[in-house]
Amino acid sequence: MNPREGDERARSTAEEVARRSYGKLVAFLAARTRDVAAAEDALSEAFAKALADWPEKGCPANPEGWLLTVARRKVIDGFRGRQRDEVAAGELRIMAEGLEAAASSAEIPDQRLGLMFACAHPAIDAGIRAPLILQVVLGLNAETIASAFLISPTSMGQRLVRAKAKIRNAGIPFRIPEREELAERLDTVLDAIYAAFAEGWNDAAGTDAAQRDLAEEAIFLGRVVTELLPEEAEALGLLALMLHAEARRAARRNGAGDYVPLAKQDPEQWDAAMIEEAEALLLRASGLGHMGRYQLEGALQSAHVYRRRTGRDNWEAVVELYDALLEMSGSPVVAINRALAIAEVRGAPAGLEALEQVAGDARLAEYQPYWAARAELMSRDGAREEAREAYEIAIGLERDASVRRFLQERQAALAE
Amino acid sequence: MQYLLMLYAEEAGWTKMSEAQQKEGVAAYAAYTEALKKAGAHKGSNRLQPVANATTVRVQNGKSQVLNGPYAESKEQLAGYYLIEAPDLDAALSWAARCPGASHGTIEVRPVWAM
Repeated sequence: MNPREGDERARSTAEEVARRSYGKLVAFLAARTRDVAAAEDALSEAFAKALADWPEKGCPANPEGWLLTVARRKVIDGFRGRQRDEVAAGELRIMAEGLEAAASSAEIPDQRLGLMFACAHPAIDAGIRAPLILQVVLGLNAETIASAFLISPTSMGQRLVRAKAKIRNAGIPFRIPEREELAERLDTVLDAIYAAFAEGWNDAAGTDAAQRDLAEEAIFLGRVVTELLPEEAEALGLLALMLHAEARRAARRNGAGDYVPLAKQDPEQWDAAMIEEAEALLLRASGLGHMGRYQLEGALQSAHVYRRRTGRDNWEAVVELYDALLEMSGSPVVAINRALAIAEVRGAPAGLEALEQVAGDARLAEYQPYWAARAELMSRDGAREEAREAYEIAIGLERDASVRRFLQERQAALAE
Repeated sequence: MQYLLMLYAEEAGWTKMSEAQQKEGVAAYAAYTEALKKAGAHKGSNRLQPVANATTVRVQNGKSQVLNGPYAESKEQLAGYYLIEAPDLDAALSWAARCPGASHGTIEVRPVWAM
């Protein structure tokens, strides 16, 4: 094999291991010291060493074990520097032995879920939980995460550093919470994963590779959680919800890159396998007898898909699902969608009346979907001037150019 | 790891309580302290006198400044502390939640730097 070819193979093996095992290696290295930053540093050095060594000496039979062996030395050295007392010496020995045993075994224990629970711990600022999980479990860099969350890279970097310091210094454990607090703590993990997914999904065009990847990565995390906690209905519900949304990604744009609303999408373009998987997950979740927000949202996606595929009107059922969801979440965003569904069943005035109930929420003043929904219902109700005004605000608030074009076309159509 | 549980509460609340209630309160703290000791988690604890008895000191440009009163005026005051040993933050938080002070005030949990 010529050197170029060796380089290529080493690089692709390293990339594959990074993608598959990064979070597992970080979680395992940091589980004992709780020092995530040190584990990340050690691991990135190990990857650099791999790229230097592997082309020359060939890829090792157990690349994960190889990386762990290199990284663990650095982690132990770092820990030794931090601790001075007697107790720590004992801890250090136990830690070194544990890491050694794992490096030589074929399978590294999977502690990613414990790491996610640490990142989404109530002691960590809620706004940084999703970015933190993306960084430490998936290895995304601060710049990529910052642009997805619309935060400056410097400030994102600082907040991530602070959050990791808190995990280490406050002694936040890497563990799956006990039964009685699991549901509540799992919610924060699921919320963080969904936040990551939503950021990826905001790029409806899928033109921004970094954002599209974010949605895929969130689905990957959703899979990790459901594999490790297969009996948690809400985890299954979240994965189903994400798969349903992802299945329609391609259909959200036409050939010219214009936004296509759900009602106009071609169901042929949907990813049937993903939808099938989502449906199976929802069924499994419903058998566990614990209803929750993500299952309801998944069920709503499922109802929309069913209606479009069969042509059978199911708006009554959709309204009922929104009722349940609104009662559970009290979210104004849910209230908007519920108002649109009500309009389908009982007409535009009833929809507007339902929308009125949340109009007082100050957060909605800057929320594009509220104004788009209002414009749509006003226009159906024949209130052209109000509709035009609402479209104007919706257009001004939208950051995606193709959605903006879509709204502008709807606004222009009012005049006819 | 060691954690300092700082108990913040409204001082006036104590004087407003009936004698029976005060007795009950004292007993609850005693039981909590005992539980911490039994578990080997107790490193130290004290109840503090009211902020009316507090004095602050600082030295600026070589001159010491002594002021009557607490460091910060607030609705709730530092009323006492427990220094505990716990394996991690979750264990410390669960001790804090059991403290009677969590029901009538707020407890700040702060990790202690390991020296």
